[in-house]
Amino acid sequence: MAEGIRDKVVILGMGCTKFGERWESAPEDLAVEAFVECIEDAGIEKKQIEAAWLGSHFDEINIGKGGNFLGMALKLPLVPVTRTENFCASGTEAFRGACYGVASGAYDIALALGVEKLKDTGYGGLPDTPAFGQMQAMIGPNATAPGMFAQLATGYSAKYNVPMDRIKEAMAHISWKSHQNGTKNPRAHLRKPIPIEQIMGAPMIAYPLGLFDCCGVSDGSACAIVTTPEIAAKLKPNQDLVKVKALQVAVSSGEEAIFNDWDGAGMLTTRAAATKAYDEAGIKNPREEISMMEVHDCFSITEFATMEDLHISAPGTAADDILAGFYDLDGQIPCQPDGGLKCFGHPIAASGLRMLFEMYNQLLGRWPEDRAVKNPKFGLTHNLGGVPNQNVCSIAIVGKD
Amino acid sequence: MVGIRSYGGYVPRLRLNKMIIFGSMGWLNPANIMNAQGEKAVANFDEDAVTMATAAAMDCIAGFDRADIGGVYLATTTASYKERLCANLVAGALAADESIRTADFGGGLKAGTTALMAALDAAAAGSADNIVVTASDCRIGKMASVQEFMFGDGAGSVMVGSGDDVIAEYKGSFSTGHDFVDHMRGANTKYDRQWEERWMRDVGVGQFIPEAINGLCEKLGMAPGDFAKIIYPSYFGGARKAINKKLGVEPEKIQDNMQAVIGDTGTAQPLLMLAKALEDAKPGDKLLVVSYGSGCDALAFEVTDAIKKLAPRRGVSGYLARRADLDNYQKYLLWRGMIPAELGLRSEEQRWTRWSLMWRAHKAMLGLIGSQCKGCGTPQFPPQRICVNPECGVVDDSEPVLMSDKGGTIFSFTSDMLAATINPPAMYGAVNFNGGGRYVFDFTDCSIDDLAVGTPIEFSFRIKHRDDQHDITNYFWKAVPVAEGAK
Repeated sequence: MAEGIRDKVVILGMGCTKFGERWESAPEDLAVEAFVECIEDAGIEKKQIEAAWLGSHFDEINIGKGGNFLGMALKLPLVPVTRTENFCASGTEAFRGACYGVASGAYDIALALGVEKLKDTGYGGLPDTPAFGQMQAMIGPNATAPGMFAQLATGYSAKYNVPMDRIKEAMAHISWKSHQNGTKNPRAHLRKPIPIEQIMGAPMIAYPLGLFDCCGVSDGSACAIVTTPEIAAKLKPNQDLVKVKALQVAVSSGEEAIFNDWDGAGMLTTRAAATKAYDEAGIKNPREEISMMEVHDCFSITEFATMEDLHISAPGTAADDILAGFYDLDGQIPCQPDGGLKCFGHPIAASGLRMLFEMYNQLLGRWPEDRAVKNPKFGLTHNLGGVPNQNVCSIAIVGKD
Repeated sequence: MVGIRSYGGYVPRLRLNKMIIFGSMGWLNPANIMNAQGEKAVANFDEDAVTMATAAAMDCIAGFDRADIGGVYLATTTASYKERLCANLVAGALAADESIRTADFGGGLKAGTTALMAALDAAAAGSADNIVVTASDCRIGKMASVQEFMFGDGAGSVMVGSGDDVIAEYKGSFSTGHDFVDHMRGANTKYDRQWEERWMRDVGVGQFIPEAINGLCEKLGMAPGDFAKIIYPSYFGGARKAINKKLGVEPEKIQDNMQAVIGDTGTAQPLLMLAKALEDAKPGDKLLVVSYGSGCDALAFEVTDAIKKLAPRRGVSGYLARRADLDNYQKYLLWRGMIPAELGLRSEEQRWTRWSLMWRAHKAMLGLIGSQCKGCGTPQFPPQRICVNPECGVVDDSEPVLMSDKGGTIFSFTSDMLAATINPPAMYGAVNFNGGGRYVFDFTDCSIDDLAVGTPIEFSFRIKHRDDQHDITNYFWKAVPVAEGAK
């Protein structure tokens, strides 16, 4: 019987760039910026890194294929670099690779780095590339990410008979809350508070998602150095250790896309990965035990549905919890304490590690009081890549001993 | 007995009031006020001659087994390909067997009836049966041209065969071929060019149509007055009166050319008018149909009792009733590629058409054919090797299943302002096929107000994607919300 990853790996150090429209920065600049902060935090030398995992998604307009980018950008000493690409889970997949490398005993110290340079696309939104293969490119809908995620709202409204106005109201609260949190974060791209009225009155992007229901696109990089609890304790004898409690990934089986049983009101993958992650972490009641979350708010409706998919809000009640402030920074489970994708934008493969960066620093109590989560024990990160009917979900849970 | 077994028609949903054109372009050619009465049917942004021909053919085969289709003849002067047989696209969309006769007819506007005669001759010879003949055109006149007012888009179709159950017996034909160039388009030209109207009217239609009718009557030993309806295209109202007088037939025996509601549909015109005439025909009626353009074909039919047993269909009348105003002339210009517009850099992303892939998947892509699991009975699209039902999962145990005629209901939807399209917002969503299966389709012929979870849809074969750089038009199926009572 597999034991899972719980308590076998410690995050030794992390780094994260400022996210945003980094017109002046090449992907190499972003990777170096995140790495320099990370290795300083870890307190090791570069030659101690034995293996690396590199997350990137849109390699066509970004860093190209393979692992060479990282070796050359960081001048790594001829170590293995494996590139991970799994949609928006690409960064968390790099982290998972590094953790498994350490947990297996193959390496003592490993690096995970996610980087994405999207602002060379030339137009707003994500690049339009055939994400699901050539056949689907020919016959699939003329769709964009907002349009595919927007359908969660119509599906949810139909399933739970929740009026669209109520969903719109809850979605607006989600975006309002994240913008509030983002104002406090110097690494966020968008740092202005946005009034609810402005959110509600914004132009429509894809019904029923308005402009502020959509996260932006930005450039960024984040990274982690991981090791075993024993080595970490030796290297950092006087410091709390942030341990990996769970790492789960679930991928669509096709039933959401072409079978008739899926309800269209949430993600099957998130529901499955969450159950396994809580089990792996030893969490019995996530609503009581999870201290804080960074979830995949590519669109406000994604965050909305995810609150139920993570088994925290009961089915059909997400709007109630959201509007009651349950997920606000001063609520019971602060969600997106750093401002989320909403304020950071979404350089695809950097996002998962950016979320872990927030959880890691919150757990270590490093943030100023105005944005610190009180006495956190477990932090959860969640990525949802692809589109609701065809996706990849990754969940990581980290915590202090 | 050889003759027509079935008929169908198609008129695109959008209609452009000709005064809207005149309001924009009347300043350049004020005399066009004479042509600005009524409205013209215009193909939607994702329609062309191939899709309209397919829609008319679908209407035509209602009630028939697709496996029995013995041929598909397409007539058009506005085919999307010079080399690539468009009849195969129609046949593929009809999910017809591939061991049948397929042919494109074109060149002159009489090609629609020429295709019909070829089908009738093949049926008479016993070399093919149940040949679907479908004619369609989507011709363009330059801005402010007479043709812009004259032309309309549409398609007509008949299925031809032999046996006691034909609904209209074929009595004979008479043809002429004249190098009379009243309209022309060179091999690389987009817009129609016409010669002086008085010459077209007096020497062209005014002489050639009576010549063809009289020629046929003489051959059959009949008189024009023997026919319940005489069907011939002609834009010129005055010429029609003169022709009728010349033939000695009362105006009510002349089939309406639908100029004020559709326009001149080119090669489709005689077949579209014939389909409309058959909707109203009674057993025993004799029909004379004439085409015009580079000469004429005249054909005579006699309606039989079998017409009473023909399965119901939407027909020309049904499609005429299904209408929406296109109140924006610039949209029409952009859709027909007559003016440039900035669609954003997103629209410039290259999308390759990979022909080897297209062939491998052509039954799914053209025919909307999925797979039905023999283990659990679940229909699925696209076809799957391993059954998608998580409770089943059997491997390689399925049979092809036609999905295009199943219809479905909307499961989820959106309307998207970000997607690059010449007709924003892009509307799409998941559709549950009736009987099982689900796929995300583009919606068309609708507005966001027509979309709701649970709304019934039907499938329509449309342009999916245009690659202007390589002049490639790709087709696939889209979902059209069905207005209540439309069926």
